[in-house]
Amino acid sequence: MEKMNSKIPDGPLSQKWTRYKASARLVNPANKKKLEIIVVGTGLSGAGAASALGELGYSVKVFCYQDSPRRAHSVAAQGGINAAKNYQNDGDSVYRLFYDMIKGGDFRAREANVYRAAEVSNQVIDHFTALGVPFARDYGGTLDTRSFGGVQVSRTFYAKGQTGQQCLLGCYSSLNRQIKKGSVKMFPRREMLDLVLIDGKARGIIARNLITGEIERHGAHAVVLATGGYGTIYYLSTLAVNSNASAAWKAYRKGAFFANPSFVQIHPTCVPQLNEYQSKLTLMSESLRNDGRMWVPKTKNDPRPANEIPEEERDYFLERRYPAYGNLVPRDVGSRAAKERCDAGFGVGDTKLAVYLDFRDAIKAQGKKAIENKYGNLFEMYLTITGIDPYEEPMRIYPAGHYTMGGLWVDYELMTSIPGLYAIGESNFSDHGANRLGASSLMQAAGDGYFILPNTISNYLADDIRVPKISTDKPEFAEAEKAARERIEKLMSIKGKQSAASFHRRLGKIMWDYVGMTRNEAGLKKALEMIRELQAEFWKDLSIPGSAEDLNPELEKAGRVADFLELTQLLITDALNRKESCGAHFREEYQTPDGEAMRNDKEFAYVAAWEYAGEGNPPVLHREELKFEEVEMKVRSYK
Amino acid sequence: MKLTLKIWRQKNARARGTFVTYRMDDVSPEMSFLEMLDSLNKKLVEENLEPVAFDHDCREGICGSCGMYINGHPHGPVPAITTCHLSMRHLRDGETIWVEPWRAKPFPVIKDLIVDRSAFDKIQSAGGFISVNSGGAPEANSIPVKRKNADDAFDSAICIGCGACVAACKNASAMLFVSAKISQFALLPQGRTEAKERVRAMVEKMDELGFGNCSNTGACEAECPKQIKLTNIARLNREYYKAY
Repeated sequence: MEKMNSKIPDGPLSQKWTRYKASARLVNPANKKKLEIIVVGTGLSGAGAASALGELGYSVKVFCYQDSPRRAHSVAAQGGINAAKNYQNDGDSVYRLFYDMIKGGDFRAREANVYRAAEVSNQVIDHFTALGVPFARDYGGTLDTRSFGGVQVSRTFYAKGQTGQQCLLGCYSSLNRQIKKGSVKMFPRREMLDLVLIDGKARGIIARNLITGEIERHGAHAVVLATGGYGTIYYLSTLAVNSNASAAWKAYRKGAFFANPSFVQIHPTCVPQLNEYQSKLTLMSESLRNDGRMWVPKTKNDPRPANEIPEEERDYFLERRYPAYGNLVPRDVGSRAAKERCDAGFGVGDTKLAVYLDFRDAIKAQGKKAIENKYGNLFEMYLTITGIDPYEEPMRIYPAGHYTMGGLWVDYELMTSIPGLYAIGESNFSDHGANRLGASSLMQAAGDGYFILPNTISNYLADDIRVPKISTDKPEFAEAEKAARERIEKLMSIKGKQSAASFHRRLGKIMWDYVGMTRNEAGLKKALEMIRELQAEFWKDLSIPGSAEDLNPELEKAGRVADFLELTQLLITDALNRKESCGAHFREEYQTPDGEAMRNDKEFAYVAAWEYAGEGNPPVLHREELKFEEVEMKVRSYK
Repeated sequence: MKLTLKIWRQKNARARGTFVTYRMDDVSPEMSFLEMLDSLNKKLVEENLEPVAFDHDCREGICGSCGMYINGHPHGPVPAITTCHLSMRHLRDGETIWVEPWRAKPFPVIKDLIVDRSAFDKIQSAGGFISVNSGGAPEANSIPVKRKNADDAFDSAICIGCGACVAACKNASAMLFVSAKISQFALLPQGRTEAKERVRAMVEKMDELGFGNCSNTGACEAECPKQIKLTNIARLNREYYKAY
């Protein structure tokens, strides 16, 4: 159990981070530049970490699969970023942000990590503002905020519906400053194929140059994964189509524990699937629920257009079921409520798999101009995609896969169970429990990257100041490279008939149907069986034209899908193990009479961390008991 | 829909490229343009032929990965959208569609429709930042910013770095791209301290990388999927004069 030491510092919750920083070991400036750190991924957490580490003087190497670090999928986050500034004088505080996250996560997150995320949130806003992120402002020149789901204060800072883009470009700019200085070297269009361990420590990666197909070895004293989530297991999701889980999955296979893989967030407000060719679903920001009201007709299969259905014949189902939070319930609750109405036959549109998100009343009360100022680009995007003008007619929306709370297990220092391997941002599991609140992903990712990791990594590297530059001639690199080459060879030699994307689409359908917003034992078992069959078919009938020594998008996709076919089985194993409903993990067997999630704190108040046990063997479960020192575990209610 | 596609195929930067004709008989008007290419690629893969390589990622118009010339227009014939947002209902049944990569010397072709846009990153790392260390920032509300300035800075900051402006320009000028970043920082008090060094460094790098000059044609503005305005270039020129 040594590997599962979460290293939570002593002392009261509010003092832990201060005490940690006061006692963590440091590396002197002259030694820092001799220490190399690899960062994989350039979203808010990766680019933030690389910038901050470069500023400190470490030698940093950064990798991303895109052609430029500016394209990481943080770019697509829309609504905002939380901080406990209390600029609105509405009773906000670090403690309240912490409490909202703990409760929003249905008491399945680690208390100390969550408190720290809330604590550094204010620094994140200060930093982004100083970097020139053009957040929305009030007439007096101060920063404006808005509300998000699951909270009763206004603490979300935003840049129209493009907050993620603006924050990411802020990170990209600080990364560029370090690239110019020479402390950071950027390796775009690279995909990490494997992690290299030497004497049990993470000492480098094997990467594929996506343009030339060359397999490269890169050594470092420590490796940081900032590789995002695995929401693309559903094929159709709000993620970028190339987002993938391969780096984290390779780390898992090398011994890093994977925690709570079944905790996947399905976001309630997305443009519904319109046809069978679709390659992606587009998010409509949660911020829209500040002013938009969700409803369905009270009569099944009501043929009338939305605007002809009178007020008394509309069922504002969130306001009805959750009067205290109304349309601003958390995402898991909102998604299930929309699904419940559609499953009961009240859905709208051709597919009947949609509900309305209506701005009629807000436009009447505030005027079209005000609504345009807040959501203009989102309304335009909706119009572009659907051909429907949301100023005139309500949007039609439906839930879609969006974010993964589960991820690599990390301790308080954000180190995985492999010494020297860190996981930050969405790629770790620690802060969001079983459900993430809106606008806290940008907050956590930037906090991890800029302000937490740079403080914790020195505590590890302080022992490494006498370790010379890691040579990539060591046999461990040769071995990892050989394994990576063999796997590519194996994929290329199948020479079957079907494309990687077609397997991905079928996997996504299985996951959505049986491992989506609600799950039950029979369905999970069936999905597991279907995925195993699909996996066998994949390794027999995959087609990859072209060569591995060239730019080959089909080979890239195939590697990712092969990993999804393994990861989804672990996810289902975790979902079967967790015989309770909590947050986004809703087991139909465990619900209250009025359809709310029923947690089982006696048996499941733990983090399920899975250890790889070799090909064909069931993974080993390690339990990290969740001890709440500050808060009391309560039934999570938004009524 | 039935379509004839004429797609530029080029093995790598050194190889000679050529247009290859593909006929598509079962295109749904509900597909996006990239989904139409996906379905072409699916067929090619099933026949063990190399699919058409193109950059794409978020497919919601924000990452800036996708970009190709479609019937003579960067990102296709519909204004103010990226290629991924172009829908097949925007094109006509029976049409012949010409698909080409960005054509600009500083953006060499890597393969098929994929070009190397790393020159944009080089310009940004020359000066597209505000020098502040993590932890060194003042309290966010300690420096008020006029709402109008913040809004205008935002309008410049939404550039997605796709390269359509360069591809559209007869001089392959990167002025719109550079001016968007210069404007964003010029409009904010946080960016003023280094304004002179920034504009000099970015313009110098832009010239060094072989981008052409601006001759005020305005094709960049007309084709920009994010509607970045030409007035940014005016501001860039003003900032540049002030810097010497």
